Amino acid sequence: MTEHHILKDHNQERKLFLSRLLIGAGISALLLCGLVVRMAYLQIAKHAYYSTQSDNYRIHTLPVAPNRGIIYDRNGVILAENKPSYNLTVVKENARGMQDSLALLRDLIGFSADDEEKLQNRLKRRAVPFSSVPVLVDLSEAEIASVAVNQFRLPGFAIEAQLVRHYPHGDLLAHALGYVGSITEDEMKTLDAVNYKGTDEIGKNGVEKFYESLLHGTVGYEQVEKNASGRIMQVLSRTDPVAGQDIMLHLDVNLQQAAEAALGDFKGGIIALDTTTGGVLAMVSKPSFDPNLFIGGISRTDFARLNSSKDTPLFNRALAKYAPGSTIKPFLGLAALDTGLRTRDYAVRDAGYFQLDGSRHVYHDWTWWSNRSGHDLVSMERAIYQSCDVYFFDLATDMSIDTMHDFLAKFGFGANTAVDIPQASKGTLPSRQWKLATIGEPWYPGETVNSSIGQGYTEATPLQLATAAMVMANHGKWYQPAMVKRIGLDGEDRRLTSAMPDVQLNNDDDWNFIGGAMAKVVHRNGGYRDDGTAYDYIAGVKPLAYTMAGKSGTAQVKAMPADFRKGDAVPEEYRDNALFIAFAPVEAPRIAVAVFVEHGEGGSSVAGPIARQILDAYLLGSEGALKPEFIPAEPALLSAGAP
Amino acid sequence: MPVPPSRQPIRHLREGLERKRSWAERLHVDGPLLLALLVLLLFGLAVLYSATNQNPVEVRRQALFIGMAIGVLLFVAQINVRLLRIWAPWMFLGGCVLLIGVLLFGDISNGAQRWIDLPGLPRFQPSEVMKILVPLTVASFLSRGIMPPTLLQVLVSMLIIGTPAVLVARQPDLGTALLIGVAGIFVLLLAGMRWKWVFLVLTLAVAAAPALWFFYMDDYQKNRIHTFLDPEREPLGAGWNIIQSKTAIGSGGLYGKGWLNGVQSRLDYLPEGQTDFIVAVLAEEFGLVGILFLLTLYIVIIGRALYIAGAAQDLFARLTAGSLTLTFFVYVFVNIGMVSGLLPVVGVPLPLVSLGGTSIISLMTGFGILMSIHTHRTARLGF
Repeated sequence: MTEHHILKDHNQERKLFLSRLLIGAGISALLLCGLVVRMAYLQIAKHAYYSTQSDNYRIHTLPVAPNRGIIYDRNGVILAENKPSYNLTVVKENARGMQDSLALLRDLIGFSADDEEKLQNRLKRRAVPFSSVPVLVDLSEAEIASVAVNQFRLPGFAIEAQLVRHYPHGDLLAHALGYVGSITEDEMKTLDAVNYKGTDEIGKNGVEKFYESLLHGTVGYEQVEKNASGRIMQVLSRTDPVAGQDIMLHLDVNLQQAAEAALGDFKGGIIALDTTTGGVLAMVSKPSFDPNLFIGGISRTDFARLNSSKDTPLFNRALAKYAPGSTIKPFLGLAALDTGLRTRDYAVRDAGYFQLDGSRHVYHDWTWWSNRSGHDLVSMERAIYQSCDVYFFDLATDMSIDTMHDFLAKFGFGANTAVDIPQASKGTLPSRQWKLATIGEPWYPGETVNSSIGQGYTEATPLQLATAAMVMANHGKWYQPAMVKRIGLDGEDRRLTSAMPDVQLNNDDDWNFIGGAMAKVVHRNGGYRDDGTAYDYIAGVKPLAYTMAGKSGTAQVKAMPADFRKGDAVPEEYRDNALFIAFAPVEAPRIAVAVFVEHGEGGSSVAGPIARQILDAYLLGSEGALKPEFIPAEPALLSAGAP
Repeated sequence: MPVPPSRQPIRHLREGLERKRSWAERLHVDGPLLLALLVLLLFGLAVLYSATNQNPVEVRRQALFIGMAIGVLLFVAQINVRLLRIWAPWMFLGGCVLLIGVLLFGDISNGAQRWIDLPGLPRFQPSEVMKILVPLTVASFLSRGIMPPTLLQVLVSMLIIGTPAVLVARQPDLGTALLIGVAGIFVLLLAGMRWKWVFLVLTLAVAAAPALWFFYMDDYQKNRIHTFLDPEREPLGAGWNIIQSKTAIGSGGLYGKGWLNGVQSRLDYLPEGQTDFIVAVLAEEFGLVGILFLLTLYIVIIGRALYIAGAAQDLFARLTAGSLTLTFFVYVFVNIGMVSGLLPVVGVPLPLVSLGGTSIISLMTGFGILMSIHTHRTARLGF
């Protein structure tokens, strides 16, 4: 190689290199243009799309559940409140190794198969990604601690505070208030889906259900920014929820307690009404249940236990229909006077039994079973306070079932007249038309005889009996029974005009006459053989501080089995139901009560004293005297408390 | 002192050369290139500050690396490029030994052995060093002969390129292996390798691709290709990165959301926002305007480097400068192309911007060589 040759090559090499470099630069420029076009496409053409995407990733709208309205009794005692509960929650997207975590929770805090089933259901219902779902509700402090210590082994799980419904009085008010429980899929379909976005629970029964729309409130919203792991980084905006309205009930929790205690170990139902408003002062049904069990979804075992118990604790006896027995007599007596079918003095000779003309069937008076005799000569007043059956059997020969029906309907029998207790039974108030429509048979005269003593087809709820007693006490003035006294604590009491017309009599004094007869049921009236059926159990035990009117009822539940011999202990299911209606003070009534004791056997002996205890609890002050606000302006009709 | 008239022109020329030797030339620094690099590095730091969620520790560390890298650049620029031509093959051999060492004793991070800890030296990735040594060595080898290269020269060059590339690929780090290969092949292309051989190699590569797919590539690599072809396939898994980076870029719009106002990286939606995906953060906060500014900086740097390559005096310098420049462009293109969804996700950082000391130091070493090439010119060039 010569020097010349190399130099020449150098130039050639340089040209070759420069051409190659130029090609490289050209290709680079083209590719760079490609990048610019790509970026411009993403940032200009698709800007709107990706902006929305970006917001969708990070901005989440979270519903903020409104605080449920608080329920108070008439004196401002809290009956249903919201209490903070610490829940274990999980965000599914962040829960890596969910099965391992659940296994750990089984060891740590006894996470059960039942809990797991509930969790799976909640996870299925969840709509918003990265939203948390409760795993276990209302953890104890020990449980919170053991979860916190093991937090690192539970990715995606967290402890969250939440307000949940709480019933401080437990089973005392379960039937009166109802309860809230997890929203079911069926309920979801009919709900305002938007307003219930943040809400897990809904009123299932009672006041909680009827006033759901008031108690619930309006959902609020929070726009939050979440990071990629679903953690809320900041709240961008917030629309506060509107809390549900507080509600004040007519209920008096002290009276409720007294009534519940008075019923003792019996099963049964009690209604006490404020006769000046129709407000429900007490609604007891025993046995009861703890409504707090339903919060956060009742467990399968708890529900099975409640639902299959033969004592049927979930069943509200205060609103269920039963044969009213003799408690119907004052109303039929009034009907007889008002229709002119009987005068006050008309008397019947009661030999202890009764037969319809042309019928061989013998109807016995209740006295027959104890002393094989009757009440002898009985007028209406005595027929009421001594509860003479034959007098009313006799009345049934003159009064048609339709007349009974029409008159009793004015007192609310056969209908649910309550303003806000839709779950109450309508009872059964038979008539010719009713029987034809429901049974498809004509009415037989013997059935009128049964109806005249509140047996046969006739059925009424304790609520209806208390209502009828209230109308009787008020001399026909109607107030529809209502749970709610006031909406909002500071508001005025609700004044509802009664949809039921006041009961008008041809002779207003008949109210006093029947009221007087009912007073004689419990007060002394001339001594042995002439006292009311309940005297020995009420005024006879301890003098009354006010005039009480009442009427007992003892209703047969089941005909005795054929092999039953007199003197044997009656099996519980064959024992008669005991009932008692009452109101007081007779001169200016303030409270009306109906007591139903399932298989209580004695209307006067068992249900009567319970009714009296309730009246005492409501009317009497601490020294056993009538509270000043309850003292009637008029003088007493009867000498109260006279031996 | 009187000067003989016969020497006047020479003296005049010398004076001229003396006058042109500014401070930059005395420091062996190329002013325009250094200025563009500094602006890019500072801009990069600002983006990084946002991308690290305003983490001063990370930014300070990066600033320290940048300072070190500038030091390395200045140091390398002092070394006469002719010396590099002689040293390159020996350093290349040392590099290959280190790569074998990595495979045998290296630290494992992210499932691959890339790092080596030599006593007295900071922990570093030998594969990173090879990105520079391979083109230097190929250029050194080719500059001994006459261009265009003969078949033998091409085959030897292929061996020089292939050995470290295969070693790096076995770490496994296919991305870096490919970039090493690209840097070496650029030397061959610039040297004037015949087109028919180029097309032959390309045809062979295309033919070998399926074999590579079935017999060589790991699942994670296949997955990246799958994801590139269809990011929606696994929106919460492998496709997440690319969906989130496109969202970040697109939501930036023309002017961006403003510095420190990007949400995609701040809320951790954008993974690797400080490293490989940092351009998405930039695009989200500075918009298309910011991207154009970034690309302009790269164009200035690459343009100046191409000028240096074109003006280089000897073959070794030309080939080295040209290859380093084009490789730098490939980094830029591959990174932005990957983040914007044009290319599959490969682990290539955005040059001089992404968090990471090794990459910045090795890139600045390359620019040091470029400056050395430009400032160690002999007067002969004047003719």
